[in-house]
Amino acid sequence: MSRAFLAVLRRDLALAARAGGGGELALVFFLTIVVLVPFALGPDLNLLSRIGPAILWLGALLAVLIGLDRLFQADEEDGSLDLMRASTLPLEAAVLAKGLAHWLTTGLPLALASPLLGLLVALPGEAVLPLFATLLVGTPALSFIGATGAALAASLRRGGLIVPVLVAPLTIPVLIFGVSAANAALGGTVPFRTPFLILAGLSLAAVVVGTLAAAAALRSAE
Amino acid sequence: MVECIGGIAALTQVSFPDLRLRVENLCCRRGGRLIFEGVNLSLANGEALALTGRNGAGKSSLIAMLCGRLRPDGGSIAIEGADEAELIELSHLVGHRDGLKTALTARENLAFAQDVLGHPALSPEAALDAVGLAHAAALPVGYLSAGQRRRVALARLLVSQRPFWLLDEPMSALDAASQAMLTGLMRGHLGAGGAILAATHGPLGLDQAREVRIGS
Repeated sequence: MSRAFLAVLRRDLALAARAGGGGELALVFFLTIVVLVPFALGPDLNLLSRIGPAILWLGALLAVLIGLDRLFQADEEDGSLDLMRASTLPLEAAVLAKGLAHWLTTGLPLALASPLLGLLVALPGEAVLPLFATLLVGTPALSFIGATGAALAASLRRGGLIVPVLVAPLTIPVLIFGVSAANAALGGTVPFRTPFLILAGLSLAAVVVGTLAAAAALRSAE
Repeated sequence: MVECIGGIAALTQVSFPDLRLRVENLCCRRGGRLIFEGVNLSLANGEALALTGRNGAGKSSLIAMLCGRLRPDGGSIAIEGADEAELIELSHLVGHRDGLKTALTARENLAFAQDVLGHPALSPEAALDAVGLAHAAALPVGYLSAGQRRRVALARLLVSQRPFWLLDEPMSALDAASQAMLTGLMRGHLGAGGAILAATHGPLGLDQAREVRIGS
């Protein structure tokens, strides 16, 4: 069983590395948003550094959302989802492996790139590490909440934007606690720990609930 | 066909438990329209069934129901002799969609199938050799032709050991030599005590295959 789990994980990582697409595109999209915002705001450095964590979090959220529709749709179209249904591995475990691979190739690179992109929004030095930590801990929630939406849209031929539209409202709590944890590191009355732990809790819950929900959606595809 | 002999010899070593698939009074509706009803069939070890019928008669829908992809609108599907196992967990499915990733090599695709399906039989290389594609093992599947892809998908039948083969128009896209190769593989599977259900328009080349015609 663990062999099948690792096979799904390995295959998705190999596909991401070889076919490109998803992960790299998300990273470039993230960069694009973070570069565009300062142009729209104008040359107010104080304003920019104050809303910097929010810009980075929004950018990361949108970057994760755009690539989500292919998560299960590609497997449904070429028939490899049938292969996973035929496996003795429970569908939940296959979904978990795919969600994990999605995070490793999308969420993790976004978190790793955030200190660099923080420079573009004049993020104060003391906020760089906390922001990185919130993205590291918060992006798994985005991958797994997104997996549910992606599973619902798996059998739609032209899913496209429906997945981000479905998923975005569900990610609001993650966004709120991610940004407030990052802001707490910049000062204020709330300690960093409180929103950060809630964010971690949201991620853990999303991994469990998202996995079960996505597997259920895939089972009742027709 | 010379190259597939080794693969079949390896396959005949195994024996499957006594299983019988029994489908009774199965009914299918799609979009409110009745596709078929009252379909009965039974399939045991060593038997082959050729599922025939005009286009749109519901052959693929029947196979989708057997796999659990579609819910039956009436009737029952049961397996005798296996406790609590779903048919799909005892079956290989090769359908219209090949289930291959074009960015991965043929060998990687088969290794993945072997890990996911369990009960390993032939190695990916030996299975590719058996379908006459040993030279293409290291090529990404995207570079292969439709017929070659179908053969890679058929090689999946050999990398993992499962009693039921559910094939949806397996002969499509195959040339005459490859069709004969597939017939050889199916004979080997039947000889080893496996069972085959194939939706088909043309002959399968199996003398013992019973025909079940669905739709009027």
